[in-house]
Amino acid sequence: MKKLIELKNVSKAFDGEVVLDNLNLDIYDQQFITLLGPSGCGKTTTLRLVGGFETPDSGDIYFDGQRINDVPSYKRQINTVFQKYALFPHLNVFENVAFSLRLQKKGIAEIAPRVKEMLELVALKGFERKNVNFLSGGQQQRVAIARALISHPKVLLLDEPLGALDLKLRKDMQNELKKIQKQTGITFIYVTHDQEEALSMSDVVVVMADGRIQQIGAPTDIYNEPKNAFVADFIGESNIVDGVMEEDLKVTFSGHTFTCVDKGFAPKEQVDVVVRPEDVDVVSVEQGMLTGVVTSVTFKGVHYEIIVDIGGFKWMIQSTDFVGVDEKIGLYIEPDAIHIMKKSEYSGKYGDYSSFSDELDELSDASAVEE
Amino acid sequence: MKTLQKIYTFLIFFILYIPIVVLVLFSFNSSGNTGSMTGLSLYWYRELFATPSTFTALKNTLILALSASVISTLLGTAAAVGIGKFKNKAVRGAVLSVTNVPMMNPDIVTGISMMLLFVLVGSLIGLKEKLGFWTILIAHITFCLPYVILSVRPRVLGLNRSLSEAAMDLGCTPVSAFFRVELPAIMPGIVSGFIMAFTLSLDDFVISYFTTGNDFQTLPLLIYSMTKKEVTPDIYALSTLMIAAVLILLILSNVAESKGKNKENETSAKAAERIG
Repeated sequence: MKKLIELKNVSKAFDGEVVLDNLNLDIYDQQFITLLGPSGCGKTTTLRLVGGFETPDSGDIYFDGQRINDVPSYKRQINTVFQKYALFPHLNVFENVAFSLRLQKKGIAEIAPRVKEMLELVALKGFERKNVNFLSGGQQQRVAIARALISHPKVLLLDEPLGALDLKLRKDMQNELKKIQKQTGITFIYVTHDQEEALSMSDVVVVMADGRIQQIGAPTDIYNEPKNAFVADFIGESNIVDGVMEEDLKVTFSGHTFTCVDKGFAPKEQVDVVVRPEDVDVVSVEQGMLTGVVTSVTFKGVHYEIIVDIGGFKWMIQSTDFVGVDEKIGLYIEPDAIHIMKKSEYSGKYGDYSSFSDELDELSDASAVEE
Repeated sequence: MKTLQKIYTFLIFFILYIPIVVLVLFSFNSSGNTGSMTGLSLYWYRELFATPSTFTALKNTLILALSASVISTLLGTAAAVGIGKFKNKAVRGAVLSVTNVPMMNPDIVTGISMMLLFVLVGSLIGLKEKLGFWTILIAHITFCLPYVILSVRPRVLGLNRSLSEAAMDLGCTPVSAFFRVELPAIMPGIVSGFIMAFTLSLDDFVISYFTTGNDFQTLPLLIYSMTKKEVTPDIYALSTLMIAAVLILLILSNVAESKGKNKENETSAKAAERIG
């Protein structure tokens, strides 16, 4: 595949606060790439740099081999779908979508069929004369996408485009966006803080934190082989415990030595061990590799979410079998359910469920949406 | 309680508007006697329009109001947009306060100070007629400007920054993004600012009195000079016409403002719906 956009050693600070710290990123033609991270991780700034709304303090941005640091946004073959849609309130749906063609002084004979085609692509056939102020959020979003795609850009930037939609609509739009991307073959650069969205839509996920890229990879790689405690925690649920690598394929944590599938670490190296909640089997105390006391059980529909205290460290386990609070249970972990990571600056900060509560989770989600 | 409220409201409006009602009524009086109403007629209106000085004053007033409001709308809109671009909060606050001074200043102070300045500058560059159309025009622009800024600025504040970015993203230069996208969005504020400036200029007396010369008389000045001789009902007729003009403009300004507001409310209601 052809390399389309290249960010080289890009740094950016606002009012002395570093937002992007020496970022390197290659984006290939026709890719659906997602920048994923919590608020303030620099993902939106990265997008704005590519879009031409910000210029880097240092480093270079290349588009198709050309350095574009100083090329203004109106000269870039890159269009954007903004977080709050930014439809032009004084223009109707047709004129909003036709905006870039009108600027290019195209005749109505060319504009009309192209607008029609775009509105069909985003499933808004027959909406031409509607006032954009009266459309629902989902419809406004579709207009914004049609408006950005009509001039056939090489790249489409999407800044949390589904953030303001309700869950059901969001799922539908995710599928639709993926479909549109396949159909048009345009490179999509998508920004979100929603890990599920990122995993389900993208070809490549870029996990960011603190202005740096933590990991780049396919969704399955990111989920199964997180590089550090931050990625493991941010993508899905994870139990992250301190461990010691005894030798290749042997790791000790929580007082038990397990067989694992990882190798290449120094003997006795301190490591972070990740175990996904769905990969832990609940067994009787006698059969268990680890034993612990259940401190809380929450019914989640498909499974129960069980918090287990193992030697003072709280584990989260997802199981379809019901267990009671205060019950003593055994845990069984398969070798390939254990993932070993090198120690990083994020070690010890994540992956303990002692202070876990759904409410807290929702609160932090809400604040991320605000941003 | 309800009745009391109604009576109270009625009384307030009665007291506020009774002088105007009486004035309008007497402008249609068939006799010249101020004391008694003898019958309805348009006599004083005919009389008024038979006087050539009234026409000149009317023409002067309209020319002045139109040019003052157009220029102050252009300057005020540019100022409101420009002030919005200031990054430094302290500077922005200072500039805003400075632009508000002509609005807070007593008219008579503004009038006298401007007269002084015009006469001073006029004698420095050796003009014979120091006061006239140009000086009164500058004075009117000065006191209209803050009202235009006041009316446009909330629109500028309410602008979604992404709007101009979206326009540039789609191929607009920064300048064309302003004219194609931002200007239409702040237009209701500009229109109501323009109408307000026009109204203010139309009925200004104090500042006009000090800053105009002998050869440029406006309607308010004419009315004042007419009262100096003898109060005849043609003044009532003239005043009634001015009230009507101002009233129409005020209604237009409110309509312009509320039209824009409605649009905005709908958008924000939709937004609230979406988030909620």
